[in-house]
Amino acid sequence: MVYKTRNDGRKIDELRPMEAKAGVIPNADGSAYFKIGKTTAFAAVYGPRELHPRFLQNPKTGILRCSYSMMPFSGSGERIRPGHSRRAQEIALVMTASLNPVVDLTAFPNSVVDIFIELPQTDAGTRCAAISAAAIALADAGIPMKDMISSVAIGQVDGTVVADLDYSEESYPAIVSDIPIAMLHNSKEISLLQMDGEISKEDLIKAMEMAKVAIEQVYKVQVQALKEKYQKVKQ
Amino acid sequence: MIENKQTISELASKNKRLDGRGLEEYRQPITIETDISRTAEGSVRVQIGQTVVLAGVKLSIEKPYNDTPDQGGIMINAELTPMSSPEYERGPPGIKAIELSRVIDRGIREAKAIDMKKLCLEPGEKAWFVIIDIITINDDGNLFDAGGLAALAALKCAKFPEYDPETGVVDYKIKTKESLPLLKEPLPITVYKINNALLVDPTSQEEKAYDARLTIASDTNGTISAIQKGGNTPLSIAEISNIADLALKKAKFLREYLDKVIK
Amino acid sequence: MSKILVKEKSIVTPGEVLAEGMDYLPGQHTYRQGEKILSEVLGFVTLSGRAIKANPLSGPYRPKVRDKIIGKVVDITFSGWRVNTNTAYLAMLNIKDASTRFVRKGEDLSKILAIGDFVVVKLTNVTSQNLIDLTMKEPGLRKIAGGRIIKINHQKVPRVIGREGSMITLIKNKTGCEITVGQNGLVWIKGTPEEELVTEQAIKLIEEKAHEGGLTEKIDVFLTKNSKYKPQTPTPTKTFTKTPTKTFAQTQNTTQTKTEN
Repeated sequence: MVYKTRNDGRKIDELRPMEAKAGVIPNADGSAYFKIGKTTAFAAVYGPRELHPRFLQNPKTGILRCSYSMMPFSGSGERIRPGHSRRAQEIALVMTASLNPVVDLTAFPNSVVDIFIELPQTDAGTRCAAISAAAIALADAGIPMKDMISSVAIGQVDGTVVADLDYSEESYPAIVSDIPIAMLHNSKEISLLQMDGEISKEDLIKAMEMAKVAIEQVYKVQVQALKEKYQKVKQ
Repeated sequence: MIENKQTISELASKNKRLDGRGLEEYRQPITIETDISRTAEGSVRVQIGQTVVLAGVKLSIEKPYNDTPDQGGIMINAELTPMSSPEYERGPPGIKAIELSRVIDRGIREAKAIDMKKLCLEPGEKAWFVIIDIITINDDGNLFDAGGLAALAALKCAKFPEYDPETGVVDYKIKTKESLPLLKEPLPITVYKINNALLVDPTSQEEKAYDARLTIASDTNGTISAIQKGGNTPLSIAEISNIADLALKKAKFLREYLDKVIK
Repeated sequence: MSKILVKEKSIVTPGEVLAEGMDYLPGQHTYRQGEKILSEVLGFVTLSGRAIKANPLSGPYRPKVRDKIIGKVVDITFSGWRVNTNTAYLAMLNIKDASTRFVRKGEDLSKILAIGDFVVVKLTNVTSQNLIDLTMKEPGLRKIAGGRIIKINHQKVPRVIGREGSMITLIKNKTGCEITVGQNGLVWIKGTPEEELVTEQAIKLIEEKAHEGGLTEKIDVFLTKNSKYKPQTPTPTKTFTKTPTKTFAQTQNTTQTKTEN
């Protein structure tokens, strides 16, 4: 247990400062901006709309389709080539799977709800920020949802389980595990789980328990963003 | 799906617009916000009306081109994201994005806005290359002006990252105080012709109703560095003269916003 | 013990617990999970008796039979027209439902409705898969030309129309514009360019302030301030609201305008 004080001085279960806003893209049916530390994400929802090509249509329900993209200047090093890398496609896939459990599109057969994510600035935890932003945008778009989804990464840095790793921790010169997690607010069921690194089963369970608490903080920020948009209107 | 083409065209002939603006009037707000992405060497958010674009500058060290061994280089890329409009799709840049980036690129390149020789570190071996990415957040028309303004603003506020000539390593985490060697500040303005009326700053609905458009990039002295005509209707020399006057006037107008934010 | 956890009219988010206990019933856009009733949309809460309901603040229009909508002709087929309904679903307008006159076999259908035309139509049939049939053969249903079309959040349509059409009548009387509000959120406005703009702004204002009290008064003030229209004769009552009882409200408003002048 060498990693005791975190690089930026946070407590082990402390998240970076968060900010969120709903309804930031007028053209979209729903949208959001979500910021955690130096990672920022825009999410836009379009639909339900016609789905092409037709063979992708499902006559029983509408489908959800995510697209994830880091802006070329958003990486901490050299410019990132635009376009859909294999990494971006994989993230889009796990994002869709993480949001699907709460979204109910049975009233919109054969249609698609598109979610587009763009990140202008990143400092680790991008897929979690993307999911948290997407959930706000979906709710803002009035898509029927049984629950909210919130997401945060838990990790293990040199033997210590910590919440919301930043890039300096992800690249810490020791064994580091990164575990992005998304959860349903009410049941605390897990809808996104990935892991890279080395971790014992005990520590993995510990990480998920930490996620349960950490995710509540993300949830509060998401709900506040949604209520703020409409409360302002109400006054 | 809503275009109101016919009404826009009829109104234009009476010097009127759908949103009540004058033909030569820009939408408000016009805002330029700098440093919106700290991972970029320079970055801005530009808003004109409901159109929002981001631009970011990245610098990298590359081998100079063979025909210009003592110079750096520049590249401009525009992404019309499907996030910003229901009309854009995922995938490689379409022709609209290519034209947008080319027009802005030529405005800057042909004005010789950047002192390319100052970007050279070791002739024939190493030079700084400047890449500007323009990303749309919400497209409500006039991406040429918004994108051009964003590109110039991003160039103006970019700072070189720390570079160690001994090891040849660039540390992108550390920004120096050194700005890009800018010689000129070209800004493109696009004038649209709808039903014989000339207007600026079209909304996305007005962009669907135009007959011809002309983009003119000019610097602070009013010297023109790039022109692009679009649309299927021809323009007379007299019209082009009027368009140039209007474009130069509006370049001055937009430049005031830029000068307020970036000294 | 059953209890309600949220206040009437308060804004709730998906998954928010609205009530606990079996004494309450889940209304529209809510669902029961064990003892709890939860919201499944971003909306505001209303209670009626024991039922608790969430009213969506945004969201897609769901096609319903008898709704009057504004659509755009996007394709012409052998038997009629395909119409974009501002949803994920195209609708079908058959020749026999479009025109009262006899259409000869092989006649150029684009002479009746061309691609790009906007139409006021009524939904006559909606299947479980959202296949939609339309008609244009009722009073007020027709092709529209000129003026402008704007798009609003369809959840705000009832506010734009107002109680018994009071809001829309107020705007019509103050601006002299013809207004058609489609249930799918498309609104057609026709008048002088200046008054069309004032009308558009007034409707956007309603959309923005839909949940405020005293909305009619605010819109009245806005229109009095911004509209230059002077009504000479009572404007025609071609409204497309759901309830036809607007004559009273209209007479009232016309008198009001006159006294102000």
